[in-house]
Amino acid sequence: MSAATRATASYDGVVIGAGIVGAACADECVRHGMRVAVVDGDVISGGTTAAGMGHIVVMDDSEAQFTLTRYSQQLWQELRPELSADVEYEQCGTIWVATDEVEMAEVRRKEDYYGRRGVPVEVLGQDALESAEPNLRKGLAGGLLVPEDGVLYPPCAARFLLERAQAGGATIQLGCAVSRIGNGRVRLEDGRELLAGAIINAAGNGAASLTPGLAIKKRKGHLVITDRYPGFVKHQLVELGYLKSAHSTTGDSVAFNVQPRKTGQILVGSSRQYDVHDKQVDNPILLRMLKRAQEYMPNLAQVSTIRVWTGFRAATPDKLPLIGPWPGDATVFLATGHEGLGITTSLATARILVDQIAGKPAAIPVEPYLPARMSSEHICA
Amino acid sequence: MTEQVIPDQVDLKVNGRSVSVPSGATVAVAIALAGAACRKSVGGEWRGPLCGMGICFECRAAIDGRPYCRSCQVLCRSGMEVMTDE
Amino acid sequence: MSREQVIVVKSEFDVLVIGAGPAGLTAAACAAECGAMVGVVDDNPSPGGQIWRGECGQIDSEAARWLRRIHAAGGQEFCGTRVFHQPEPGTLLAEAENHVFEFSYRKLIVATGARELFLPFPGWTLPNVMGAGGLQALVKSGLPIAGKRVLVTGSGPLLLAVAAYLRRHGAEIPMICEQASRSSLARFGLVLLRKPGKMRQGFSLRKQLSRIPFVPDCWPVEARGDTRLEEVVISQCSNKQRKAISCDYLACGFHLVPNTELAELLGCQVRGSLVQVDDLQQTSVPGVFCAGEPTGVGGLELALVEGQIAGLAAGGRSESAKRLFGERDKLRSFARALDRAFALRPELRKLARPETIVCRCEDVAYASLAQHDSWRASKLQTRCGMGPCQGRVCGPATRFLFNWSPDSVRPPIFPSRFDSLSAMPGTAETEPAQITGGHA
Repeated sequence: MSAATRATASYDGVVIGAGIVGAACADECVRHGMRVAVVDGDVISGGTTAAGMGHIVVMDDSEAQFTLTRYSQQLWQELRPELSADVEYEQCGTIWVATDEVEMAEVRRKEDYYGRRGVPVEVLGQDALESAEPNLRKGLAGGLLVPEDGVLYPPCAARFLLERAQAGGATIQLGCAVSRIGNGRVRLEDGRELLAGAIINAAGNGAASLTPGLAIKKRKGHLVITDRYPGFVKHQLVELGYLKSAHSTTGDSVAFNVQPRKTGQILVGSSRQYDVHDKQVDNPILLRMLKRAQEYMPNLAQVSTIRVWTGFRAATPDKLPLIGPWPGDATVFLATGHEGLGITTSLATARILVDQIAGKPAAIPVEPYLPARMSSEHICA
Repeated sequence: MTEQVIPDQVDLKVNGRSVSVPSGATVAVAIALAGAACRKSVGGEWRGPLCGMGICFECRAAIDGRPYCRSCQVLCRSGMEVMTDE
Repeated sequence: MSREQVIVVKSEFDVLVIGAGPAGLTAAACAAECGAMVGVVDDNPSPGGQIWRGECGQIDSEAARWLRRIHAAGGQEFCGTRVFHQPEPGTLLAEAENHVFEFSYRKLIVATGARELFLPFPGWTLPNVMGAGGLQALVKSGLPIAGKRVLVTGSGPLLLAVAAYLRRHGAEIPMICEQASRSSLARFGLVLLRKPGKMRQGFSLRKQLSRIPFVPDCWPVEARGDTRLEEVVISQCSNKQRKAISCDYLACGFHLVPNTELAELLGCQVRGSLVQVDDLQQTSVPGVFCAGEPTGVGGLELALVEGQIAGLAAGGRSESAKRLFGERDKLRSFARALDRAFALRPELRKLARPETIVCRCEDVAYASLAQHDSWRASKLQTRCGMGPCQGRVCGPATRFLFNWSPDSVRPPIFPSRFDSLSAMPGTAETEPAQITGGHA
């Protein structure tokens, strides 16, 4: 290759990863007046983003997780009027489903927790739950409705944000795999190099190969999508045991999690497995997941399933994403490790990350998400 | 064992209208005889059978309350109730 | 918790055959006559597949002949049953109307046949536009065609067979439009000369189709109608003119696409959309054979020979199978000549307009797809291929239009009920019912 073709382009920011997080970061960078390039070896949203459920949900696993998810949920609501139709944003709300009085106590704890923090919620008793979701099995104790939660279709959401970034001058380079990043340089596998004031590693499951030492583990999940049954389920439904499943840092687990798509299709999940790296459908786990779903929604039995697929979430040891400067290199910033909350927290991630790059104060404390929070012991896997 | 009489014609209902088909005919045929299309596409177009062998899913209709049955693969039975998207 | 359990019927076989068309039935008969306990599974309500589809629920005489042999040797068939998953090697899950089969096998013969290639053109989604085999199947299933005008278009010898059949049933056929060029057909005619059997077939067909214009270099460019088909515009390369032909049905078939989904699910090596097999019709997966169209579209006689080879080999009589190799070679070379003669012309890639629907399940238009570089990108962004047909219609169409490669296959390979999918072995909850003899 001649020197001319190896001429390096120079950017204020280069985002690695054209998934939802990378797309949000690119969009945010452009809004800050940065000259941006997005690079990805695959298609838009080809990684975790395409595999995920697309939920926008506030979670209270920890204060930091709550703050980030709530902030981001509000950003999604602000963005909503501008979203194109194919993003299929639907504010269907979430109902956390309680099977018994023990779980109802947890419902009330969540009600208190969210209530104090200004998140509108409503406790549903047995009857109210039955009328809200008639296809749930009878005899459940009740649940917590969070009306401001929503769902969307992630691949189109990522594309929407990237197109906005592009309209603002960003360059999107797909099919361009990255081999190395560091010291303000992004080296592509085809030999080209991009110069960057800031390199944003938003490569999800691929982040650790570009920033060695990141303790990101793949957490495999399964999803099933059905044919169209409009009105079969109206809210995203999650069992309270989901928290136990997402909580655990070891072992395989399934949890009832069902979501209505705007098309009327029903998305059924969820499962979590560590240390499994192949994409094949895992029959025993799939079976457990399906059985769990049928326990909560027996009427799923006759519904036609069209597709089953797997995906990998990028998980960190403390269940919080890595958003901020990488201590090992002043030019590298991380925006990764979002586990199952990538869609939800993508907008807030981008916002607080770019605030940090620009040296501005963020709307929420950034400390809990700083890559530097982990001692070198934790970070070096 | 009593001999089973196989009827020459089978009577069923398509969208509430009575239709009579030769024994062994498929529901797709009954729908066609009723002058109906099978389904409305996502974009609102009327659709009917394309492949005739159960792989295109264009001939779907609700049969005896079960939605999304491939009508070209289901034999008509006496008293069946078929509903298309009409 | 009162919940109806899905009924799982377990059945074990020495040799399980998937597909009850010519390849499947011959394979099953041969394997059964070797002493194997044989089962045949087919989605259609009656056995026979496409070529041997019977009329109005009756069984075609050829199919019946092979079925008698199967039954005489103790084999059984399961119709209205479609395989959707392999939960573990040696087991297949199949869904029937009200229950699920868990089939166990020592050897498996995949004889899943082929489907038609449907190419999008303006108006192709109108009711009464069907495949050529598609319309024939519907007429065989009882659709009255007498007195109806049917335009027959597309490519290949299937068009002639379909036209002859429809005409026998009283249809009026204004024309048969073959997209292959006159010169390709002439070259093919020379090949036919070397095959007296084929010639006789050809002449017989010609007689049945007398006075129906057979027009090469001709293809449909638009189907028009309000709520259903009313007329078709064809393009005749020779005079570069377009002509509108009023008709009640359009039978449009552009060759066949092998049904390789099951073979792919099982991990069999597939190259160029064809399942790779050795001389004994064995795939790359031990114990799994494949016969008929999925190994290479080649018509009835080739399917019969391949089926017999696979059945004999699976039944342990490989030496007998070898005696059929010569016949198979001849038929394969004929099939290759057919392919060359009727290869699809590039003009067919340009028929769709920007607003022409390409993915019929999700109503995705040509323009939406054309912006993307790959099947995967377009699937994610537009949902093309994510509908119930699982890409069986739009997949081959986009492969032809854009040269896209398909995705890997995942279970379920056929849409199946939620509780069928969850009837996988490994649960204590389902109540399996054992059936060892008789018909299910």
